[in-house]
Formats: sequence, C-alpha cells, structure tokens
Amino acid sequence: MRSVQLADVVARHPLLAGLPSDAVASVAGCARMVAVAPGRLLLAEGDPADTFYLLRRGHVAIEAHDPGHGTMVIETVGPSQVVGWSWMIPPYRWRFDARAIDAVGAVAIDGLCLRTKAEADPALGYALLQRVTTILLDRLQAARIRLLDLYGRGQPQ
Amino acid sequence: MISTAVANLNDAVMGRTAPSVHPPSLSLFPAPYRVVDRRVETADVVTISLEPEEGRPPAFQPGQFNMVTAFGIGESAISISSAPGAVGPIEHTVRAVGPVTHALTTRPVGALVGVRGPFGSDWQMSDLAPHVLIVAGGIGLAPLRGVVRTLLSRPMAGDDRLLVLVGARSPDQLLFRAEFDQWRRAGAYVAPTVDVGAPGWDGRVDVVTSLLPTTPFDPARTVALVCGPEVMIRFTARALMDGGVPASRIRVSLERNMQCALGWCGHCQLGPLLLCRDGPVVDYSGVVAELLRERER
Repeated sequence: MRSVQLADVVARHPLLAGLPSDAVASVAGCARMVAVAPGRLLLAEGDPADTFYLLRRGHVAIEAHDPGHGTMVIETVGPSQVVGWSWMIPPYRWRFDARAIDAVGAVAIDGLCLRTKAEADPALGYALLQRVTTILLDRLQAARIRLLDLYGRGQPQ
Repeated sequence: MISTAVANLNDAVMGRTAPSVHPPSLSLFPAPYRVVDRRVETADVVTISLEPEEGRPPAFQPGQFNMVTAFGIGESAISISSAPGAVGPIEHTVRAVGPVTHALTTRPVGALVGVRGPFGSDWQMSDLAPHVLIVAGGIGLAPLRGVVRTLLSRPMAGDDRLLVLVGARSPDQLLFRAEFDQWRRAGAYVAPTVDVGAPGWDGRVDVVTSLLPTTPFDPARTVALVCGPEVMIRFTARALMDGGVPASRIRVSLERNMQCALGWCGHCQLGPLLLCRDGPVVDYSGVVAELLRERER
C-alpha cells in the first residue's frame, strides 16, 4: 500500500509526469518520503551527491557561504520543483547548500540507485534526461534573466 | 502636416478645440501643485503626494500618467500610483534616475512642482476578468498600485481573485513592501521575489516568471496586467502565453520618451503607436509583441 502511494506521488510530480508506469515504478523503487524541519539542510556543499528531492510542499533555499559576507541565498525552489542535480554528473558532489525555509515535504530519491537503473535501461535514462534537461534549461534561462540585472536599470528622466 | 500640428497646438493652447484623443488632458502648461507629503520607498524611490494650488486634481484611471515638472530643470512622465477617487492628494512614485526625477524625489514638503495630465490609456478596469493577475518588476508596481487598491476596495465575488507577483533586485528594493500584508488581509494573493537575497530574507529568490507555475489562477479566466522593464515584459508575456493566457488578455505598460504627451511630437513612437496617446497601456497583441522584439537601429 505504502509503495503504491509513493508511486502515485512520484508519477504526479512534474519531473516525472507522463512517464510509463514501469518507469515510474523504477523511480519509485529508489524513492522514499521525507519531511524536513525548517532550518535543516537537505544538501551540504562538498558532500557526496547521493540523494535529490522532488518537493511536494514547503520551500528550500539554495545557499552559498561567502566568508566575510555570510550566507547568500542564490535561489529558492518550491512545490513541484526539484532540489539537487549534481547526483547526475561526476564527481557527484553538491556545489551548494540547500536549506529548508519552512516545513518541507518531499520525495527523496537515491541518485546512485536511479543512475544504475538508467544506465541499465536506456529508454528510462533517455526519458529522465529529457525531463531533467527541460528543467535545467528553464533554470539556465532564469539565471540568465537575473544576470541582466533588469531592475537595476532605468530610463533617464 | 506641420502647419496642421501648429494650428492644433495653437488651438489647444487657446482652449478652442480638443484633439480627438483624451480631450480632458489637453494641457501644455503645468498647473502648480504643492508637495504635501513625501515617503521614501527605497534607496532611490520616493512617493510624493501632491495637491493642486487651486481646485481638485482631474479625474484619472489607474495606468495613466502625468507630466510632472521640476521647475528650472525639466519635465518627466510619471505614473500615478494612487487610486482614482481616493480621498486626499494624488501620488506619484518616482525613481531617481536622471536630473528631473532626482529633483522630484528631493523636493521637500511644501515645495511647488508642475503637473499636467492625466495622459494616456489605462488598465481598463471596467473590462477585467474573474482572475486579475498582476506581474510587476521594480518601479513597474507603481502604475499598478491603483489597480490593487481599487479592486481591493470593491467586494469580490465568489471566485474573483487578485494575484500580485512582484519582482525586485533585492529585498530592500521591493516597492510598497509595507503594504503587502494589508493587501493580503484584504484578500489578495501577493508573492514577492528578488534576484538577490539578503540576510533576514526568507522569501523567494528567483525571476518573477518562476512564480507563475505555483500561482493559483485559471488562464482561461484571467486578465494579466504586466509592467516592468521591457525585457521582463517580454519574458513574462511569453511565459503567460505558454501557460495558456492569450495575448489579447495580456496588457502591458510601455515606457518611451514622453515629451508633449499629446501625440504631436513623436518622441514616444513605437511603430504605429504613439505611446503617450495610444499607450502606455497596450494589449500584447501581434504588433506590440513584434515591436518589442525589434532592435533599435
């Protein structure tokens, strides 16, 4: 019963919506539900990138610590978004911290488990890569827009 | 052509005729207004409250602008940031980016400025939809504040929604931040986001378009009102259309070099539009979308 619910949750997340049921079952086999209290780290810079999160509720701040300037929030992610990409790409280490801003409910997915399944099943691997690439492209474009520093400029009046 | 324009100008100055557009705003001469209050919003943005020396301010609609004069320096197009019909002075929220706006933001209470207007098109408050989605960036929230206040002053029907998404460079640059809770209490969904976080900020850090997927609106029942830097408008309009809001129900406020504000001088031309007269609020229809993609030559 528990695994069925987990598969349903996984299947409804935008990252995986539309995947064939056997692919969803494969992903769900690497997944577990987690709750993270406000202020707790989901990921820590430099740690092995072994788990990533499909957010269901709550918000997570992606942070970097700058000595002398404190912790800077680079980006926040919320429900239906994903926390953690470095599990896909060597050297499989987190580049930033990720901290729960409020009470977070998420599906935690074992990255090594999913990588292993994806390598053994190219159709699953390709389907995952397509979805991940779409989201990464969105994130890249959002970062580029922020680089424009839109609001810092103005027409001379 | 020129003689016609001069004749129109003379007629207008003499008050003999009104052009076919915006007859109430046919004004070349600023009326004296007194600064009765000034409120610092951010490091470079100030809201000035103005009362006319004689009579009452002319009626206006949210989205329209006035030409505001800093005497001895110049004149600038400034959106009206108060709500129409509100008791009290008319408000303009000014960002100091040049000599005129710098002067306006530093005028003390009691100083005189000049005002002519109101000019231009408005957000068409009488033609909205059950879901009104406001997307504002930076100073772009100023011309939309009147919409928020007007809608919140009315009783909302069952499924009516007012959704306000606000983007800013950093938390200290968020305009009207002190009013957000008041708007929420009155029933609005308000979601701010910033490009760069700061200590103590536990809100969103992302571009304003990233708020759209989790904003509770029905694209089929939505009118979107968008104001901010033009690049932001383009990206926002694209994201809205990708999300199912047709271009004909996306209204944007555009800024150009407004000079006469009467559609005569042509400084504010954008393709076939004179934005002081045909804008600043326009539908994001084909011609506008295409023009915003045009590069200046």
